[in-house]
Amino acid sequence: MRGATHAKWAACAAAVALAATACGSGDSGSGSGSSDGGAVLSSSWGDPQNPLEPANTNEVQGGKVLDMIFRSLKKYNPETGKAEDMLAEKIDTTDSQNFTITVKSGWTFSNGEKVTAKSFVDAWNYGASLKNNQKNAYFFGYIDGYDKTHPEDGSKQSADTLSGLKVTGEQTFTVKLNQKFSTFPDTLGYPAYAPLPQAFFNDHASWLQKPVGNGPYTIDSYTKGSQMALKKWDAYPGPDKAQNGGVTLKVYTDNNTAYTDLLAGNLDLVDDVPAAQLKNAKADLGDRYINTPAGIIQTLAFPFYDKKWNAAGMEKVRTGLSRAINRDQITETIFQKTRTPATDWTSPVLGKEGGFQDGLCGDACDYDPAAAKKLIQEGGGLPGGQIKITYNADTGSHKQWVDAVCNSINNALDNDKACVGNPVGTFADFRSQITAKKMSGPFRAGWQMDYPLIQNFLQPLYYTNASSNDGKWSNKDFDKLVNEANAETDTTKAVEKFQAAEKVVRDNMAAIPLWYQNGSAGYSERLSNVKLNPFSVPVYNEIKVG
Amino acid sequence: MGRYVVRRLLQMIPVFIGSTLLIFLMVDVMGDPIAGLCGDKQCDAATSAQLKKEFGLDKPVWQQYLTYMGHVFTGDFGTAFNGQKVTELMATSFPVTIRLTIVAILIEIVIGITLGVITGLKRGRPVDTSVLLLTLVVISVPTFVTGLLLQLLLGVQWGWIKPSVSTEAGFGELLVPGLVLASVSLAYVTRLTRTSIAENRRSDYVRTAVAKGLPRQRVIVRHLLRNSLIPVVTFIGTDIGALMGGAIVTERIFNIHGVGYQLYQGILRQNTQTVVGFVTVLVLVFLVANLLVDLLYAVLDPRIRYA
Repeated sequence: MRGATHAKWAACAAAVALAATACGSGDSGSGSGSSDGGAVLSSSWGDPQNPLEPANTNEVQGGKVLDMIFRSLKKYNPETGKAEDMLAEKIDTTDSQNFTITVKSGWTFSNGEKVTAKSFVDAWNYGASLKNNQKNAYFFGYIDGYDKTHPEDGSKQSADTLSGLKVTGEQTFTVKLNQKFSTFPDTLGYPAYAPLPQAFFNDHASWLQKPVGNGPYTIDSYTKGSQMALKKWDAYPGPDKAQNGGVTLKVYTDNNTAYTDLLAGNLDLVDDVPAAQLKNAKADLGDRYINTPAGIIQTLAFPFYDKKWNAAGMEKVRTGLSRAINRDQITETIFQKTRTPATDWTSPVLGKEGGFQDGLCGDACDYDPAAAKKLIQEGGGLPGGQIKITYNADTGSHKQWVDAVCNSINNALDNDKACVGNPVGTFADFRSQITAKKMSGPFRAGWQMDYPLIQNFLQPLYYTNASSNDGKWSNKDFDKLVNEANAETDTTKAVEKFQAAEKVVRDNMAAIPLWYQNGSAGYSERLSNVKLNPFSVPVYNEIKVG
Repeated sequence: MGRYVVRRLLQMIPVFIGSTLLIFLMVDVMGDPIAGLCGDKQCDAATSAQLKKEFGLDKPVWQQYLTYMGHVFTGDFGTAFNGQKVTELMATSFPVTIRLTIVAILIEIVIGITLGVITGLKRGRPVDTSVLLLTLVVISVPTFVTGLLLQLLLGVQWGWIKPSVSTEAGFGELLVPGLVLASVSLAYVTRLTRTSIAENRRSDYVRTAVAKGLPRQRVIVRHLLRNSLIPVVTFIGTDIGALMGGAIVTERIFNIHGVGYQLYQGILRQNTQTVVGFVTVLVLVFLVANLLVDLLYAVLDPRIRYA
């Protein structure tokens, strides 16, 4: 018997030790705030996919950081989305093609270097140069000489700098575009256009370890893949100083864990409430749950390179499919109203003035099974008798809504096999199939705006051979209207032209608009004044702690 | 003994080459990884061509594999898409996962073997039946359920632990995740020990030991347990590799930035360098653990000799 008692005792001891240490580690680390500069808040983050450089960051997670440590010529108002002058003293043009930009003086980078016209010109030249592999290089494509620094066919570049950029003084430089582009100044709030300090060019590797910018925050420490501690920069010269002592961004593999941490009081801010928790978020968080429109639209794109989808009369089939989708029901049951049924091809965050037009899609976006069936029959029926909607199954809840969309179409057409989902394992594979033009039917297309302009919702997606025209749709009328709109110096008239172009998209149903996406966030009781900007990124510098 | 070890080490080479080649091919089949780097937009042709060249993706697979293996032997595991060296990723994530594995293995050994001995000695009694039932429950419930449940109860409802593990990931924080990770193997260890003990209890040498009048504890620990541990050690040994590679679910639930997390990111981003690099190391761990297990047999049972 003695042995057994002994073993029993050991087991108990192990259990006790386990519980004790577990208790010990349960202390919350809320006392991290400093007394002088205000308390620090913690926020969920995802591991940036690319190195953190302004012209190399094209996803939200890296963009979040750039937004905190950089200020550009323009900044988008977190409420209205309007482009407002930040470092730009003035941007002059007489012909919408040649711009003279004056940079405000008195700004510095956090390492003490002055922000001059050269800081911008050097940064843009770096971004445009092919040898630097910058993924946002195409943003500089409007500037004269881009084809020399970034030859499209990948051949040897014949210039290192853009001929369209000239430093004309300490704080002034000129930009010559290769085409008229009236809203060009409004694009300059995009992170790719941020200025870079000389330190970036002197020691690139160490800059990447700990980026230095000119925004309201500086990077205190950065452990790649796990967390970044940002501190308020006390000497920040701008008007939008940080209202808190700093932000600690913690990398989460799973936003469910981040949400759990928020509920347990271990995290202050989650800027992406997981789909599975949307139902509970209101009850769990009450007023501390935010659900506001963002500049994101989901559409179904078509492979116009496939003869079947480009035949005459197919626009009727596409419109018919659009009418067969019950957007109201899907956004309510699957997305818990964090999506709004789309009625045009832009986003509500643009506002009426900016070009959003509620109901531009008209009947074509109204659910009407009978009309849908009729239209599809008139158009010659579904190609091959069945459509497959391709999507990536690794992230988001794409499977759920694609199945729901198919269900809706099947019901409308009284045919169980009219529509099926076609999942692709990873996002990378999904993208490579799209790039290789392997789509045989409609596919998921999401568009998150780069800057709040109607131009950004139309030109990159539907202009002939545009960068994100994945379906390779091409229409002369549309292209002509977009060119006219870009040449228009008067903003109101430019927007009208863009809307006319959007009507061409509608009449051809170049892509089926599904819904506008909201940004969703939740925060702890310690925080106040939390909001999301039109890019669905928290406005960190305005958050108050305590 | 020495010859045996050398032979085993030599055997590892084909296994190593085969497994890395397989992983290499599998990741390659998934398609063009560069396409996913530009988000929902398309990378412009020139930049993606340039990137492909930089990562060596423009060459045929066999050539990529040869270059890669050549680099591996010099300790260069390549660069991940975010610009970090894969060796750097390993240096940050392996210590975390090793700590987690140590916690899990210790839990398996301490709790599993103890419970196994108790139940083996009291076969058929209420203690035995209840522990058996308990292990059955543990085996049948998937790890992610146990993990999420413990996280919710201990982390949110009762507030005993933090629901997620911090960047430092100390031993204390890893206790609950370690328990979750160990749970299924723990049940197997208990059952294996129990059966083995119950069987050997009736063997001649135990009867002899008891007849000699040895103290009960000495009989159990030195005679009974030592001989019963061979299957258990085999299991635990192979489990080391399985735990390290299989921590993906547990690491995700508790937000531990270990090997599972890096592998998951690597697969999602189709980053050949990361995936193959990590798997290569895991294969090595597996092989070495197996070798150690085989060598341990001789320690436990001197009748086993190696030729």
